[in-house]
Amino acid sequence: MKVKVISRSTDEFTRERSQDLQRVFRNFDPSLRTQEKATEYVRALNAAKLDKIFARPFIGAMDGHRDSIKCMAKNPNYLKGIFSGSDDGDIRLWDIASRRTVSQFPGHQGAVQGLTVSTDGGIVVSCGSDCTVRLWNVPDATLADSDNLSDNSAKACLFIYSCISAKNKFHCYRSKQTTTCIFQPLAVYVWKNAFRAVDHQWDGDLFATAGAQVDIWNHNRSQPVNTFDWGTDTTISVRFNPGEPNVLATSANDRSITLYDLRMSSPARKVIMRTKTNSIAWNPMEPMNFTTANEDCNCYSYDARKLDEAKCVHKDHVSAVMDIDFSPTGREFVTGSYDRTVRIFQYNGGHSREVYHTKRMQRVFCVKYSCDASYVISGSDDTNLRLWKAKASEQLGVVLPREKKKHEYLEAVKNRYKHLPEVKRIVRHRHLPKPIYKAANLRRTMIEAERRKEQRRKAHSAPGSIVTVSVRKRRIIKEVE
Amino acid sequence: MGAKQENGDDKMDEKVKKYLRGEAANLEGLQDKKLKGQLAVREELYGKSAKAAAKIEKWLLPSEGGYLEAEGIEKTWRIKQESIVREVDILSSRNQYDIVLPELGPYTLDFTLNGRYMAAAGRKGHLAIVDMKTLNLIKEIQVRETVRDVVYLHNELFFAAAQKKYPYIYNRDGTELHCLKEHGAVLRLQFLKNHFLLASINKFGQLHYQDVTMGEMVGNFRTGLGRTDVMQVNPFNGVVALGHSSGTVTMWKPTSAVPLVKMLCHPGPVSSLAFHPNGHLMATSGKEKKIKIWDLRKFEVIQTLPGHANTLNFSQKGLLAAGTGSFVQILADFSGSQNYSRYMSHSMAKGYQVGKVLFRPYEDVLGIGHSMGWSSILIPGSGEPNFDSWVANPFETSKQRREKEVHSLLDKLPPETIMLDPTKVGTVRATRKKEKPTKEEREAEMEAAVEAAKDTVFKTKTKGRNKPSKRARKGKEIIDRAKRPFLEQRIEEQVSRKKQKTNMETEMPKSLQRFVR
Repeated sequence: MKVKVISRSTDEFTRERSQDLQRVFRNFDPSLRTQEKATEYVRALNAAKLDKIFARPFIGAMDGHRDSIKCMAKNPNYLKGIFSGSDDGDIRLWDIASRRTVSQFPGHQGAVQGLTVSTDGGIVVSCGSDCTVRLWNVPDATLADSDNLSDNSAKACLFIYSCISAKNKFHCYRSKQTTTCIFQPLAVYVWKNAFRAVDHQWDGDLFATAGAQVDIWNHNRSQPVNTFDWGTDTTISVRFNPGEPNVLATSANDRSITLYDLRMSSPARKVIMRTKTNSIAWNPMEPMNFTTANEDCNCYSYDARKLDEAKCVHKDHVSAVMDIDFSPTGREFVTGSYDRTVRIFQYNGGHSREVYHTKRMQRVFCVKYSCDASYVISGSDDTNLRLWKAKASEQLGVVLPREKKKHEYLEAVKNRYKHLPEVKRIVRHRHLPKPIYKAANLRRTMIEAERRKEQRRKAHSAPGSIVTVSVRKRRIIKEVE
Repeated sequence: MGAKQENGDDKMDEKVKKYLRGEAANLEGLQDKKLKGQLAVREELYGKSAKAAAKIEKWLLPSEGGYLEAEGIEKTWRIKQESIVREVDILSSRNQYDIVLPELGPYTLDFTLNGRYMAAAGRKGHLAIVDMKTLNLIKEIQVRETVRDVVYLHNELFFAAAQKKYPYIYNRDGTELHCLKEHGAVLRLQFLKNHFLLASINKFGQLHYQDVTMGEMVGNFRTGLGRTDVMQVNPFNGVVALGHSSGTVTMWKPTSAVPLVKMLCHPGPVSSLAFHPNGHLMATSGKEKKIKIWDLRKFEVIQTLPGHANTLNFSQKGLLAAGTGSFVQILADFSGSQNYSRYMSHSMAKGYQVGKVLFRPYEDVLGIGHSMGWSSILIPGSGEPNFDSWVANPFETSKQRREKEVHSLLDKLPPETIMLDPTKVGTVRATRKKEKPTKEEREAEMEAAVEAAKDTVFKTKTKGRNKPSKRARKGKEIIDRAKRPFLEQRIEEQVSRKKQKTNMETEMPKSLQRFVR
């Protein structure tokens, strides 16, 4: 007879020395594990609860401006810095890590309406309601990163040297523990009308300003090289396409969104909606899509090739959406609205994934997603810039590989069971300030009532006489060539 | 070569099927394109992971299972333990022994989940813990009372003994930790490992469930079917099955006072019960000398075998051990078609009465507790050769044991998750399958009836009885009469639905109404 019996020798299954790792053997047979789904459900529930325990999105506020902050710009070459411009003409460069002002760029007489940074990170362009466009040199980023120097005087010396090397007239002063450089502009161009927005071309030398018309400027010319005009209303925002450097989108006061192509020297397409668009952002990963922040509390995503219908409608704000910015991954975008909240949406999601609010944060006028997709910066009416985490319960700092794996597993198991009632209740729960909660309820009742009436009208009339327009088309009046 | 390859492919397909854990979802009927896309991606990922797991099983598992093949005219059930011991290696031959302890009564045993430790209890009060790897006696105590059953809790540190008046929980050092007074005089104990519940059945036929982490009594029910000492837990779904003297087997869960299932298995009393680890097979034996194998999905008999069985047990690989008198028989299904036939047998010395047979997890060993002590015999092919360290590790260190305890406590399942089909968690409750017409069908029927009513032609009356208002009223009456049965049905349904809803709401916690029908 042939016989074999299971016999395991201890040395094969245990470690040899105490410095070795313990041996681990895996058998993925499902019959060894009973009640897997119930265990996963319990883990999903615990993961949802832990998420909520660790959800502390607010990192800090950057204090310094003396008037409400209207515009922000991020330097694509330097993660730690952000520019902000306020209503009293004060432009500052902030260091996000220490949350302090690094440089100031005074000069504008009125409100700073637009800020943008060139793609190589060397020049900041600002425009204001004093009809001027100013160009500034950005201080050398690496030398400004002098956290490891304890001596303040040493810091000051370094700044002086960097500024001299930039061939700039400067005035350096010390205030308490910090050293803030004050710069003078590289160039000041005066033009005919007040400006509302500015944006720089990607990988190019041109920038566009929006005001009574859209002007295209070159760095070295004191007059615009080109002007676009379609209609009689002021243009209030402008954005260049990241993938196609000659295409730009603008929005105007006549509730329209216009796409221009610089090579054709004439406007390409126009969409007129029911309400004004406050801001536009192109998706950096899918450059043919852009999302607009509208005055009717929604954001609309469009495909630039097909403007007769919105790709997606993002609803959750209760007041006008003032600004919008995409994450560099192209998967999410952040919006700031007049209703004092900042919301983060998925690029194809109809509702927001996250909402941030504070008692001290008033009307949010500008938002930016940081270039490493981890932080969100909001500038608001109460003269503060606020720094938030993009994922509220994310662990900052260095995450060990095992921790990372565990976080990923918990996220995956939570997403698998997030439709079940108990888990859904915990995952969805967000505290909202009472006025926003009440406003949202009111909007919901109004929209429901409208919908019900429409349904009844349809049910009681001849079939086919009343046509329902889809939500994606409803807010568009017409498309013009 | 081609045929061999095909064979290999078939085997891989089977393995892949095992890891897929069910059928793929049917995405044809979905209208939502976004959802369809997301689900299609998920299904593809499932396929990939199942294939990867099947490959690992084929190439990377460290050990192979045991086997016993007879040569020539030999039959496997005639092979004695002595001849097997002569053929295997020294380490395995140490696993075949008889321990004779005649004074302290019939012995019953329990193994920990990893098969490393054994607790033995003699009827006259002898409790012993043995380390099976080194055959070391860790601790033995004499409690000076009748001990009817012993069961390990989640690891080797704690075990519960059903003593004369109450069950007690002891430490590995023999220290008495708890006296569970609420259970009463317990005849059998079972431990549900995923839920940390200790289930017991006592002299009066009362079933108790106690959570051993917090000490909370989760349920106690009067079975109403008298005294019974046949109790097993189904490891697949956590339901406790009791076999009664009327021949019925009832299955219980801790959240309902009424059994889930009541099935008549034998014309006489049920003498023993065992569950297959895959959860689909159950073996029962009755006093009328029959052993029946049941399919638990359809609750039908698959096979009836002749023979007595005082005690039954399934191994990890599906071998069935039946013990009666001083004879133990092992049955196996060779073809995988759930047709059990004789595999091995073992008869002990005449005076020994087999009380309990229990397969040792992850080893090819059968432990037999009998009236003169306990024995251990070798059954090749009964144990799972490859263990998973995160599930049960026979070579566990104390640090690993502590970590595992903490993780299993974090994953402790609430008692509401015990149900007959554990894969239902997280699914959407299916619509009722009665032959009730759907709403659209009913409306269509109603419309059809109304049209038919409208088509009736009235007899034109004379002598001033043909007023147009009367005709209109008559027409309306006929239409209402046609509609009435449908409206009545609708009202009836609404009332019954409301009643059911309130019924269910009172019975079930609110958040779990979705899971249980």
